[in-house]
Amino acid sequence: MTKLEAVIQPSTLDAVKQALLEMGIEGLTVLEARGHGRQKGRPELYRGREYSPGLLLPKIKLEIVLRDEVVDDVVKAIVSAAQTGKIGDGKIFLSHMDETVRIRNEERGSEAL
Amino acid sequence: MFTLQGNFPSLSRGARWSCLLLLLFFGLTLCAQTVSPQQLADLQKQVTDARSNADNAWMLVSAALVLMMTGPGLALFYGGLVRKKNVLSTMMQSFAMMAVVTVIWAVVGFSLAFGAGNSFIGNFQHLFLHGVGAAPDPDYAATIPLQTFMVYQLMFAIITPALISGAFAERMKFSGMVVFLSLWSLVVYSPMAHMVWGKGGLLNASLGGRFPCLDFAGGTVVHVTSGVSALVCALYLGKRKNYPTEIFRPHSVVLSFVGACMLWVGWFGFNAGSALSAGSLATSAFVATHFAAAAAALSWMAAEWILKGYPSALGGISGAVAGLVAITPAAGFVGPMSALLIGLIAGVVCYLMVAKVKAWFGYDDSLDAFGVHGAGGTLGAVLTGVFASRYVNPMFKDAQGNVTGSGLFDGNAHQLLNQATGVVIAWGLAAVGTLVLLKVVDLTIGLRVTEEHEVQGLDLTQHGEEGYSME
Repeated sequence: MTKLEAVIQPSTLDAVKQALLEMGIEGLTVLEARGHGRQKGRPELYRGREYSPGLLLPKIKLEIVLRDEVVDDVVKAIVSAAQTGKIGDGKIFLSHMDETVRIRNEERGSEAL
Repeated sequence: MFTLQGNFPSLSRGARWSCLLLLLFFGLTLCAQTVSPQQLADLQKQVTDARSNADNAWMLVSAALVLMMTGPGLALFYGGLVRKKNVLSTMMQSFAMMAVVTVIWAVVGFSLAFGAGNSFIGNFQHLFLHGVGAAPDPDYAATIPLQTFMVYQLMFAIITPALISGAFAERMKFSGMVVFLSLWSLVVYSPMAHMVWGKGGLLNASLGGRFPCLDFAGGTVVHVTSGVSALVCALYLGKRKNYPTEIFRPHSVVLSFVGACMLWVGWFGFNAGSALSAGSLATSAFVATHFAAAAAALSWMAAEWILKGYPSALGGISGAVAGLVAITPAAGFVGPMSALLIGLIAGVVCYLMVAKVKAWFGYDDSLDAFGVHGAGGTLGAVLTGVFASRYVNPMFKDAQGNVTGSGLFDGNAHQLLNQATGVVIAWGLAAVGTLVLLKVVDLTIGLRVTEEHEVQGLDLTQHGEEGYSME
C-alpha cells in the first residue's frame, strides 16, 4: 500500500477529483492547507501595517492510500489534471503505508482501500 | 317688491340680493356658533399630539439604531479585527456594556448626567428614574416624553465605554473590564454628558453654559473621552505579548465590514436623532452624517492607495468610521459641503494617526480606538468651530436678540476657543479619571490576564467558549 499526498493549487481541485473518479479511485481526503515552495507570497496590508509572513499561500492537500499497482497511473492523472506549467503547481509525495482498517466492518489490507 | 309671474312669486333684483345676504349672515353666525372654544382647543391638542407622536416615533427608532451600533455593529467591527481565539471576548466587551450600563443608567447614571445639579455634575432628582415618565422636560426636548429622551441617551452611555475596549482588546480580564468601565461611566461619562448637554452644564451651548461648546451628538462627550481613555488604557496595560514584532492580523475583515456598515447606518440615529425631533434639523444632520462618511472613506482609501499601493477594504471601512466620528459634533451645525470637507480631512488625518503616528510612539492601541475616536473626535470638535453656520442651526444671539454667527467662517472666530475648552476638559477628565480608575481596579481585581491566558486566548480562558469550533 502506498500513501499519496499531493499539494495542489485550489483552482485545480475540481479537475483532479474528476480525473480520480474516472480512474475508479473512490477514497479521498481533502484538506485546506497553506504553504509555499520556492515561490513566496506577496505582503498583505492591514491599516497601513505590512504583514509579510503573508508568504503562506492557500493550497489544497489530497491524501489517498492506494494499491501499489495503480500508483503510477494515479500520479500521471493527477499531474495532468493539476499542471499549469507555472510556479506553484505543487508536489506529490509517496510513502509506504503499513496498514488500513475499514471502521465499519474492521476489514483490513487492500480489501479495506 | 313682489310681482306675479305665473304661479311663482318673483323678487326684484335688489330684493334677491338682500335675501341672499341675510341668508349668508345667518349661515355664518350659525357656523361660528358650532365651533366652540373647547373644540378649537381640542383641535389644537390633536395637532400638537400628532407632532409629538412624529417626533417620538423618530426618536424611538433612533434609540434602536444607536443600540444596534453597539450590538452587533461595534461587536462585529472589533470582533473581526482580533485574532480568532479572542473574537467572543471582544464581542462580550461590547455586549456587557449593553447590560451593565443600562442598569447603572437607570439607577443613577441618567440622574447624574441630566439632573439639574451644578456646572459639572447633575444631581439625584432622577434616582431610580424618579420623575422620568410620559411628560416632556422642555429644557431637553419639548415634544417627546422624558422617558424617550432618557432611553435615547442611554444608548450613547452604552456605546461610549464599549469603544474603549478597542484599546485593551486581547489582554484585559473580563471581571476587571466590567468593573472598570462601570465606574468609568459614572466618573467620566455622566459628568462630561452633564457639562455639554445637562442643565447648567459648563459647556452647554443650548442652555447658557459659561463656555458654550457646540457638540451636536457627542464629539467630545463620546469620542474624545473614549478615545483618550483608550490611549491611557493602552499605555497603562502595556503591549500584547510579541507586539509589534509579531503582526496580528484581523481574523475576519468580513465581520468587520458588516459591523462597519451597521455603524454607518446606525449613525443616522446617533447624529440625526440628536436633533431630538423629526423635523428639518434631523434631515440636515442626516445628510451631513452621510456625506462625511462617504468623503472620509474615499480620502482614507486614496491615502492608502497612494502611500501603500492598495485601497484595502479595511481601509475603506475605517475611513468611513473616521468620517462619522469627525462629523458627530458638527452634524447639526454644518452644511452638506462642509460635511464633505470635514470627511475628507478626517479620512486622511485618521489614516496617518493609525498608519504612522502609532508606530512612531509604539503604543499598542489594538483596534485604533484612540487613532480613530480620540483623534477624529478632537479634529471634529475643532472643525465644528470652523464650519458651524447660523443658517443651518441658529445657536447664538446678541443682546438685542439678533442671531449671530456660530463658527469661524460664519463670523465667530471666538467659538474656536469654546470648542478648544470643551476638548481640553474632555481630554483632562478622561485621562485623569481613567488613570485613577485603572489603578483602583488593578489594585483590587487586577486588569490584565496572565501571559498564559493571553497565549491560549481569552474566549477559552475568560468565557470557557470557542468562537468557531471544528464541529
